[in-house]
Amino acid sequence: MTGKVVQLHTPLGDEVLDLHAGDHVELSGIVYTARDEAHKRMQNEGIPFNASGAAIYHCGPVVQDKKIIAAGPTTSARMNELSGFLLDHGVRALIGKGGMGPKVREHLKKRGVYLAFTGGCAALASSHMTLKGVFFEDLGMAEAIWVIELDHLPLVVGIDAQGNDIFDEVMKHARQQYERYRKC
Amino acid sequence: MKTPDDSAIHTALADATFRAYREAVIRLPPDVLRVIQKAAAAETNPVARGEFANILKNVAEAERLGVPMCQDTGVPVVYLTIPPDVSLTRDLYDAVAEGIRKATREIPLRPNVVDPLTRHNTGDNTGDGMPAIHVKPGTMFTVTVLPKGAGAENSSRIAMLLPTHQYGIEGFIVETMLHAEGKPCPPVVLGIGIGGTFDGAAALAKEALLEPIDTMTSYEEKICKAVNMLGIGPMGQGGDTTVLAVKVKTASCHTASLPVAVNVQCWAHRHATMEVKR
Repeated sequence: MTGKVVQLHTPLGDEVLDLHAGDHVELSGIVYTARDEAHKRMQNEGIPFNASGAAIYHCGPVVQDKKIIAAGPTTSARMNELSGFLLDHGVRALIGKGGMGPKVREHLKKRGVYLAFTGGCAALASSHMTLKGVFFEDLGMAEAIWVIELDHLPLVVGIDAQGNDIFDEVMKHARQQYERYRKC
Repeated sequence: MKTPDDSAIHTALADATFRAYREAVIRLPPDVLRVIQKAAAAETNPVARGEFANILKNVAEAERLGVPMCQDTGVPVVYLTIPPDVSLTRDLYDAVAEGIRKATREIPLRPNVVDPLTRHNTGDNTGDGMPAIHVKPGTMFTVTVLPKGAGAENSSRIAMLLPTHQYGIEGFIVETMLHAEGKPCPPVVLGIGIGGTFDGAAALAKEALLEPIDTMTSYEEKICKAVNMLGIGPMGQGGDTTVLAVKVKTASCHTASLPVAVNVQCWAHRHATMEVKR
């Protein structure tokens, strides 16, 4: 970690390739929320927005009167098997919590990054957000794709485009600690 | 037939449930906030310090805006204490459900409750067996709401250990967090149920979460320390605090059994109790 906060704006380009796992960034511009059901439908019916340079936010917000009330991240690992096609279509950033599997880590290499937002911080997130539109609203509030404009949302680079992964590093260490604990 | 008295109880209970849900999802209990602030001040890992800063900013922002601190406003777990002069009837369950529906519309809450097989969402956070209501006799008429999010609940586990393997209890709890990784939104609170029956241990584990978390017994502290040596940290991004507190509840069990349940709760350990004012 360098200590400085990197400013990013969508659509994202090759600047994401220079980020390092552990860097703090602030993201502005449009993001698209998507959870399990939205991923499944995009796989089957196509992506309803321009995916080039786009950022996907793993989130099922609370929306009322066309306003984002609460919009923290959901567990990204549920989308481990559903994210490759998005990166193939030009998506540059996946945003969520808890990290993603080795398949996604490989897929992100030289393409994009995984950005982590603090789980549960839905009120903080919504104070950085303006709702701009919606796709697949029939999937329900949690599963629809909400088009959201971000204003400097504070994030951490969880997986970078070189394959560095802070979640994986932490769990490698945790497993070693557990083995040591088991032996005593 | 409903008497005017029954009707007053219904209205009062629905209203208290609504108020308890609103309080729970917007404001953390003081003991939970204190424990988070203490862990934040002691944290040495720079990424974890950033996570704690977001958590504390978020708690303040939720209170300022009067909105839920987390978008996963959970499924409704409700504990009722019934005084001797209130009869336990179906209507009490209906009144709680009415309070939950009002909370869903007005706070608002995210509609989370679905049929387990068709996955059809009822849209109002009620359904078969939801809210999950637990009733106890007492002196005061109170309702406690413990909204339970899925990330943490999905990491919970139960084991039927060998009765001679008491030493395995701590290991099972540590292993539960190792499997959970960052998914349950650590730093977590762990409710532990030891003894009783298969289902009873799980109920105890959840009830343990309602105990004040700013004090621990030496046994609870020992488990807490063992889990924290994993270094999973806030959100699984590394750090000194993986678990904020461990709370243990026990019940007598069969001489040939040792049930152990671990109910994992996220840092947003939301619960609130309201008196039902008649």
